[in-house]
Amino acid sequence: MTTTATDHPPAPPADGALHKAVLRRKRVPYWLLLPGVLWLLVFFAAPLVYQASTSVQTGSLEEGFKVTWHFATYWNALTEYYPQFLRSVAYSATATALCLLLGYPLAYLIAFRAGRWRHVLMVLVIAPFFTSFLIRTLAWKTILSDGGPVVRALDALHVLAVTDALGVTEGHRVLATPLAVVCGLTYNFLPFMILPLYTSLERIDSRLHEAAGDLYARPLTTFRKVTLPLSMPGVVAGTLLTFIPATGDYINAELLGSTDQKMIGNVIQSQFLRVLDYPTAAALSFLLMAVILAMVTVYIRKSGTEELV
Amino acid sequence: MALLNRLARGLRRNLVVIAGLATLAFLMLPNVVVTVFSFNKPNGRFNYQWQHFSTDAWTHPCGVADLCGSLSLSLWIALWATVGATLLGTAIAFALARYRFRARSSAGTLVFLPMAMPEVVMAASLATLFLNMGVSFGFWTILIAHITFCLSFVVTAVKARVMSMDPRLEQAAQDLYATPWQTFRKVTLPIAAPGIVAGALLSFALSFDDFIITNFNAGSTVTFPMYVWGSAQRGTPVQINVIGTAMFAIAVLCVLVGQLVGRRPRRS
Repeated sequence: MTTTATDHPPAPPADGALHKAVLRRKRVPYWLLLPGVLWLLVFFAAPLVYQASTSVQTGSLEEGFKVTWHFATYWNALTEYYPQFLRSVAYSATATALCLLLGYPLAYLIAFRAGRWRHVLMVLVIAPFFTSFLIRTLAWKTILSDGGPVVRALDALHVLAVTDALGVTEGHRVLATPLAVVCGLTYNFLPFMILPLYTSLERIDSRLHEAAGDLYARPLTTFRKVTLPLSMPGVVAGTLLTFIPATGDYINAELLGSTDQKMIGNVIQSQFLRVLDYPTAAALSFLLMAVILAMVTVYIRKSGTEELV
Repeated sequence: MALLNRLARGLRRNLVVIAGLATLAFLMLPNVVVTVFSFNKPNGRFNYQWQHFSTDAWTHPCGVADLCGSLSLSLWIALWATVGATLLGTAIAFALARYRFRARSSAGTLVFLPMAMPEVVMAASLATLFLNMGVSFGFWTILIAHITFCLSFVVTAVKARVMSMDPRLEQAAQDLYATPWQTFRKVTLPIAAPGIVAGALLSFALSFDDFIITNFNAGSTVTFPMYVWGSAQRGTPVQINVIGTAMFAIAVLCVLVGQLVGRRPRRS
């Protein structure tokens, strides 16, 4: 017979001491939280409050800004920049869909078909991160350059004629068109889609696939009825991790697009850093958050996964 | 016909493999271009078109003004941001993963929010705070910004690890008369270590590569990503590609060495 741990309880301390020990233990989590939470309150929450107050201020850089509860800034910002808002959502949603389409096969390959190459493939997915993403985005300028092999091949296959007609490219070139920006967004956020997809696919018991096969399910049916439903948490996490940062991104639009492809992030950046119109920049930030929050809430409700935090 | 049929069947069976490898190629393509163009000798100021082969940039990696200064500044900031975020984040992660207390869910939300927000919003709001406080932008504002956004990622990485840990291991240690401190140092910390290391590495990578938040909070201080951004307007020196390629090679090498070292104890 084995002795269980409960056979040797530590000598019980006197009542007062026990009470003190319990109290001390109760305080432990608060002490652990204190520094980090204070940091977040000062440098994350307080700035948001400041920004909220800035968004309803009026004034100028010379005379200073004062809170005048000028909510019209929101309305003006929305009416002036709604094309950029719509464009951001459209580009980001397209890029997210493309990421899912491109990322799923690779995540599936790594999870089920890679065998001993699994680690190598995983490293290859993460490795590009170590070259600055700005350098890699600039590389797309070379890849998609006018008269380059990619553009010439697309032109020869009449793909560009079709995309020109659809309005996503212009004048037989790819750079400085919506296609280039969406391509850049897709490329930059693809790993954020692949990693959560892989994590959820990797957890699936491969015997479930065998069981489905034994029950005469064809591979496609197995995928539709077993693999895809079980990977839904990864799909949801991946789409959120792609969609949220992509909507606020302004790097791809700036480097790969022209002035006709400016997204809302570009507007916030130029209002804040160049025009120095802080109220408008603040109002746009809150509008962007509201748009994203609304879309994410609807999406999470629809997909029925609420345990993300 | 039979051959064609067999080919078609093989293609269909390996469709996932082919599609997956195509995606991988899409992911690797820019890195290949960056590497190839690090051996370019461009005619103008921009390194976007292939001219002829040259190793000039590799032999003079610091041949352009300010480039290596910005690189070392970025590494320095990334180092301190990692230290700060890992210390603060690990403590929060332990509190959230091991204890049940009243403020737990609100603390969890506070930690989650920075990750759920577009970077540009966080960047602008932090810069608003600094502007209102009259803080001058530079090294410290960048460091504060980086610690703030890395923190949540450390919490997520460490929390996942601590949550999956068997609580009976700690109970066993206490039953064997280990003091709480001994239990933490000898049992809890070693088990949580991979999560902490993962969080720290993630912080380093995020901080080193950050542009959006730095751009709002840097003032006239130039980190490496800021340098690259500026060069996209002024003209891109080949040395940028050299540094990009070298970082990539070093990282892959580190991973390979880590794998080899990690595998050894299991063999013996």
